[in-house]
Amino acid sequence: MNLDFSQIVPYIPFMLKGIWTTIQFVIVSIIVGSILGTVLALFKIGTVKPLRWFADAYTSIFRGTPLILQLMIIYYSVPQLTGYDIEAFTSAVLAFGLNSSAYISEIIRAGIQAVDKGQMEAAQALGIPYRAMMKDIILPQALKNILPALMNEFITLTKESAIVSTIGYLDLMRRAQVVGSDLFRNFEPLLFVGFIYWCMVMVLTVIGRMIERRLKLSD
Amino acid sequence: MINVQNLYKKFGSNLVLNDISATIKSGEVVSIIGPSGSGKSTLLRCLNLLEQPTSGTVLINGVDLSAKGANIDRSRQQIGMVFQHFHLFPHLTVLQNLTYAPIKVKGLKRAEANEQAKGLLAKVGLSDKAAAYPSSLSGGQKQRVAIARALAMEPELLLFDEPTSALDPEMVKEVLDVMKDLAKSGMTMVVVTHEMGFAREVADRVIFLDHGTLVEEGSPADFFDNPKTERARDFLEKVL
Repeated sequence: MNLDFSQIVPYIPFMLKGIWTTIQFVIVSIIVGSILGTVLALFKIGTVKPLRWFADAYTSIFRGTPLILQLMIIYYSVPQLTGYDIEAFTSAVLAFGLNSSAYISEIIRAGIQAVDKGQMEAAQALGIPYRAMMKDIILPQALKNILPALMNEFITLTKESAIVSTIGYLDLMRRAQVVGSDLFRNFEPLLFVGFIYWCMVMVLTVIGRMIERRLKLSD
Repeated sequence: MINVQNLYKKFGSNLVLNDISATIKSGEVVSIIGPSGSGKSTLLRCLNLLEQPTSGTVLINGVDLSAKGANIDRSRQQIGMVFQHFHLFPHLTVLQNLTYAPIKVKGLKRAEANEQAKGLLAKVGLSDKAAAYPSSLSGGQKQRVAIARALAMEPELLLFDEPTSALDPEMVKEVLDVMKDLAKSGMTMVVVTHEMGFAREVADRVIFLDHGTLVEEGSPADFFDNPKTERARDFLEKVL
């Protein structure tokens, strides 16, 4: 055993900066994924056949191939195809947003379908238009059912975000590797960022529980 | 007010409504009765197009609801509906249940809608429940809120789909009493019910369905005391 955490002390500010880098792109990815996922879910339960077909094909592709492959394709092949030099941040957000929207759309679809059919009928009988019904009556109830699954997806996304280290984006993971190769010691920096990832997930878990409690007010 | 002409409804190959024609006048209270599976609820649900008729027309105030391109949301504003299982919005308070549609659909100001909703809650005897969530109410209270919610849109017509069938026996009366008051106030009502007492006492007319066919219709006195058809006699023997 040869552990010496004192050696990483000078590198701590460098690694801590990775928290913000990671959080930044995780938050943007969650927003992109949620918006796109909701739209796809509405396509899936809608009556317009081409949209339904598109949403199903989309989910099949993004769930059916590795995330790291999607990231590589976006980061390395977009410049090759278009000549546009895509930034690491942009490709990371695209890959994670597009990928998680496939998962989120399935979660939301299941959540919407789990809402009692009578709710839709009651809204229709009152003459409430489809959009308002979805936004104010159906989705809030669906959200309550799916919150645990949704939090799970956000937690997975936060942890999987470490994959962006492979395209050189200076997130937490990448910074640990940089420090590791600088010091020729890997265990300490890896353990350090591992602890930070765990803390971030804990914060998400607590936020999830708080929202769940608020939504339970009507029970 | 309502004019149903040659209405057919099929679920797959199963014929649920077979050539129904009926007229309901403004201010009339009509009870639809019949054995389970006779198509009563389906007929009622065709009146606001929760069920799309396979063929035939439904005219509400002369407007053909089943026509392509009909503004169905607008017509539904004039037709309130009360369901067997209430279908209150569980994430909204009782008051919000009553005000949501008037604000969103009719464009009422929140203050006006609240005022009106409080009046309606008083009418169904639930003034103290405005801030409660539906999950804290009893079945009878939920159904009274559901009636108030339908009334909040100021409909010309109210449809009731077995409004007391999901209630504990001791709660049936409180709901029927509200419905009786409504009938007395001149509301046009179509009520699918198993409550023969209610049909006899409150309805102006009874429609008897069996196997999707309109077998007999008439005043409650005639129908209950002097049924013309064999099938109606059979049915009444079992339920009375």
